[in-house]
Amino acid sequence: MIDVAVVSFAQRQEASIPGESEVEFMVPLMEQAKAAVDLTQADMGFTCSGSSDFLAGQAFSFVMTIDGTGPVPPISESHVEQDGAWALYEAWVKIQCGGIDTAFVYGYGKSSPGSLRDVLATQMDPYYVCPLWPDSYAVEALAARLMLEGGHVSERRLAEIAARSRVSAASNPHAVRSEPKTVDEILAEDHVLDPLRPSDLPAEADGGCAIVLAAGDRARELCERPAWIRGMDHRGDAHTLGVRDLTSSMSARLAAQHAGVADDKVDLAELYGPFTTSEHLLIDALGLDEDATAINPSGGALAAHTMMASGLIRIGEAASRIWSGDGDRAVAHATSGPCLQQNLVCVLEGD
Amino acid sequence: MASEVLQAPLVLEYPFTRSTGPVIGAFLTGLREGVICGIRRADGTVLCPPLEYDPLTAEPLTELVEVGQSGEVLTWAWNGEPRPMQPFDRPFAWALIRLDGADTSMLHAVFADSPSDMSTGMRVRAVWRSEREGHIADIAGFDPDPDPAGLS
Repeated sequence: MIDVAVVSFAQRQEASIPGESEVEFMVPLMEQAKAAVDLTQADMGFTCSGSSDFLAGQAFSFVMTIDGTGPVPPISESHVEQDGAWALYEAWVKIQCGGIDTAFVYGYGKSSPGSLRDVLATQMDPYYVCPLWPDSYAVEALAARLMLEGGHVSERRLAEIAARSRVSAASNPHAVRSEPKTVDEILAEDHVLDPLRPSDLPAEADGGCAIVLAAGDRARELCERPAWIRGMDHRGDAHTLGVRDLTSSMSARLAAQHAGVADDKVDLAELYGPFTTSEHLLIDALGLDEDATAINPSGGALAAHTMMASGLIRIGEAASRIWSGDGDRAVAHATSGPCLQQNLVCVLEGD
Repeated sequence: MASEVLQAPLVLEYPFTRSTGPVIGAFLTGLREGVICGIRRADGTVLCPPLEYDPLTAEPLTELVEVGQSGEVLTWAWNGEPRPMQPFDRPFAWALIRLDGADTSMLHAVFADSPSDMSTGMRVRAVWRSEREGHIADIAGFDPDPDPAGLS
């Protein structure tokens, strides 16, 4: 295996970015990530992005953002209609193939012009489910009741997860939900979709992030303490809700096993749990010990949820804590699809 | 040398037709007739709604079977206000419903007056639209089943 590290990360998340197109807000972000390690687009061996034409409302919308990278002379690039974390996975594989020692990865989404919870119904089965337009909150609420009534989690535990996110988010300038609330205040909230309360829901945001990967000695030149990717894997559950056990996450468990999460201590974990219920399932599926591991020091997707970027942002948040020395071994996780259908787990370590 | 401009006809078209296939198509056709179908897996269990391939083994599935029009609510979530695209005109509960004769559940709406009328494990019965077109919304939703023992 070729050692690959995250060496640069830039992000922007705001409740909405009304005055700028995705390309307009991504160009400065991409420049920032490259400038931080003194690289230009011409230095990148490969470029890969994650975004959604569905959110952009336009076919091949990502091509305009590629133009924003400054792809002259012509570049080697790819795109995934997935969270940017899967773009990072592709870039990691590309570096493993040899011949390059840098890659540029970004992901972005602007969901504020529509209603994301409704738009997400379109990722469900097109014949059996989508025509009924169950929104993402409704679908998660079905899983939440199974978890609550099956004794897999308590409402208090979910409120504690929400309260913890708010405390962590207070020191994250990119968080869009950070007002502190006590567990009792959260439990007193009216239901949005019984049994889910407002604090159980993702804090929707517009934005994106950009990351630079580098291999071996190149990474050591560019970064004082590179965040080495020691393991990475992604797995998927069945698409149909009715054939899945929604009270656990088989695919997240498998991805964690294959990424080697349990091989050593974990100082911190950045988990893409859009809902408190998802964060609870992920802690269990990844086998994390909350007394030993700081869970979502950024606040996670409960503090800022940028569709198509939140998974890549988890990797960036985890890496930046390796750079700073706040942790030596970190786990980053990304998800996609209804009720944690697809999961990616990445283990990062400092020297 | 004289330059020759190459020309070729361009016809914009979608040169394919889209079909719902032998399994989803059969399910939707069944709905038009007021029948609900599932499909049997190799281990004898029945998936409803039916899938073309086994979600665990990826084996092709072909044995369609009719399932009941009543079933059990496995989980539910109260939707006090239908959202604009949802084909329901009153408050309802989303539910995963396991129909009699099936081993997996389908997502649909249950019409109850309030969340206090909903409970996990309750029995529900399909309500059909009078005009059906082979669409999942041919089932208008499910009503709480007043006669769960099926004695009448």
